[in-house]
Amino acid sequence: MTKNLNHALFTAFITFIVAFPLLGLNLKPSGTFLTVDPEDMGQFVYIFSAVGIVFFFQLFRDQIMGALGKVPRPSLPERAHLSNLPQAQRGKVENWFTFAIVVIALIWPFMVSRGSIDLATLVLIYVMLGLGLNIVVGLAGLLDLGYVAFYAVGAYSYALLSEYFGMSFWLALPIGGLMAALFGFILGFPVLRLRGDYLAIVTLGFGEIIRILLLNATTVTGGPNGIGGIPKPTLFGMEFGRRVKEEGNTLFHETLGIAYDSSYKVIFLYILALLLVLFTIFVIRRLVRMPVGRAWEALREDEIACRSLGLNRTAIKLSAFTIGAAFAGFAGCFFAARQGFISPESFTFIESAIILAIVVLGGMGSQMGVILAAIAMTVLPELAREFQEYRMLMFGLMMVLMMVWRPQGLLPAKRPHLELSDVK
Amino acid sequence: MSNNTENAAAAAAPQASSSTILSVSDLKMQFGGLIAVNGVSLKVGDGQIVSIIGPNGAGKTTVFNCLSGFYTPTGGTIRYKGNEIQGLPDFKISRLGMVRTFQHVRLFSNMTVIENLLVAQHRHVNTSLVAGLFKTSDYKQKEEQAMHRARYWLDKVNLTKFANREAGNLAYGQQRRLEIARCMVTEPELLLLDEPAAGLNPKETKDLDNLIVSLKEDYHVSVLLIEHDMNLVMGISDAIYVINQGQPLASGSPEQVRNNPDVIKAYLGET
Repeated sequence: MTKNLNHALFTAFITFIVAFPLLGLNLKPSGTFLTVDPEDMGQFVYIFSAVGIVFFFQLFRDQIMGALGKVPRPSLPERAHLSNLPQAQRGKVENWFTFAIVVIALIWPFMVSRGSIDLATLVLIYVMLGLGLNIVVGLAGLLDLGYVAFYAVGAYSYALLSEYFGMSFWLALPIGGLMAALFGFILGFPVLRLRGDYLAIVTLGFGEIIRILLLNATTVTGGPNGIGGIPKPTLFGMEFGRRVKEEGNTLFHETLGIAYDSSYKVIFLYILALLLVLFTIFVIRRLVRMPVGRAWEALREDEIACRSLGLNRTAIKLSAFTIGAAFAGFAGCFFAARQGFISPESFTFIESAIILAIVVLGGMGSQMGVILAAIAMTVLPELAREFQEYRMLMFGLMMVLMMVWRPQGLLPAKRPHLELSDVK
Repeated sequence: MSNNTENAAAAAAPQASSSTILSVSDLKMQFGGLIAVNGVSLKVGDGQIVSIIGPNGAGKTTVFNCLSGFYTPTGGTIRYKGNEIQGLPDFKISRLGMVRTFQHVRLFSNMTVIENLLVAQHRHVNTSLVAGLFKTSDYKQKEEQAMHRARYWLDKVNLTKFANREAGNLAYGQQRRLEIARCMVTEPELLLLDEPAAGLNPKETKDLDNLIVSLKEDYHVSVLLIEHDMNLVMGISDAIYVINQGQPLASGSPEQVRNNPDVIKAYLGET
């Protein structure tokens, strides 16, 4: 109790030090000087009640956290009962479940507002980024804080290729992925020998280097002004605008003989994003069950044992970095096409942090978890928009509560169950 | 026993015979001012079990680290099947067929037992990304073979019913056995076992004893063993090398080593 009391006194004191000068004092210009005036009494009441709350919370911290721990955790019933089914049957149920979700995701945009579809497209971009980073952080265990750099490389690849060479989205998409993969490969080489914190710092630096490079190469990238007028993707040469922008293209609504509706474009982008995400999920699911996927996890578990078994850790780490970066490249390419305008502003460190939060929140290495987390991380701040500046505060609170309730993430990764011949 | 003594004499003979799988001469490992291993020479004949013994801190594990490429020795030569291998990276040495275990169990503890065995077969399976993504027939066939080999060794070490358990949840003795199985699925020709019996109870040690002998007799794997359990060492070794404070102290058959006054002194102190 005395330990708690000391701690409570200390934290209350810190709260006071932080809050008092910021909220309790007021700077007033008088002539050419600034004078410091204390705020009125009401403000002091608030400050001291805040100090009081912090004090009592810290004093009764154990009891409060204990009570929080007793709150029934959000359980996932369908999963719990699925695990009772035998392997083959469970696979079938899961396949149907996946199929149903895909069908719903395909029908859904035709029934909701334009804003919702737009938001859903954004969610899908984050799903793609989360899944890509999941390879590097969740599976291979390499903490990458500069993932957004590869996202930027993908986006700028398409923007520059279309601006200077008039390349179409479909051609630029694989190139953007390859470019990002190349950058992943180049970054991978020097940082391979690093581990943990050191790796995080170097990747963080790399992310900033790319952003600052884009910011300063004004002649090529337009610097802080960014690149605008990036053409939207077309569907077999059909554009979704009101008028044809590029020679030789036709218009979607004219070809089909229907009236122009701006929502076609939004729905098209959504479906495109959905297909990209499905492709990503499919590829990564395969990768995880392939030798290289097993090697990633083994390397995360015990590097020395890997070396003794003849696994080339350089090649394996490089492959994780490169493949993870490629998916960020695809996502970046799509992002550039959707926005029509990109600038270095879109690729700041906070983006890396959000993507990393998605991976951690979802449960390292778990695909379904990452998807759920991407939805939560994108939709919740959007829903909380009416709280204005308290939005980020709520976001932080949500993260803290998550870590208290489910420190292992929303849906922790499950080991694939491998069937041995004639063994249960 | 007399047969063993003859083998040991052959192994200790100075000239390199064609049946020598590993021959180390004058191995030296220096860390700054500290000489951890100095002038150690040893030979492992094809299909032999050779042990390295010595008090704690004698440099036995350092010798292993040099042999398996974890350290680059500062002097001496290591010949494996006639080729010099000192200075090669660890994973290449392991791919040549010389695989080691560790003093502390080093399993991939969050992965299942069967996955542990599949990871170990990385060099036997088709690791091409394209082949795996499209599931080519070669890829599938190699995966199936890997599964088959894993299954075989699980049966051999009696762990089949734990195949889908996480390796970290196994009992200690089982983890030890799994580690040996994990080495064996790589199809090695020379196995370096670093204190495989540490922490095992007498019954488990007996099983391990049988397993190692079976590796030698049924799979023609040569074994280089570091061990403190003298019953195990004396029972199965064809030759024994004793190291003390980084220097070779004695070598020969179990019988010779057991009666060597220097060895007794090193182990028991001045008596």
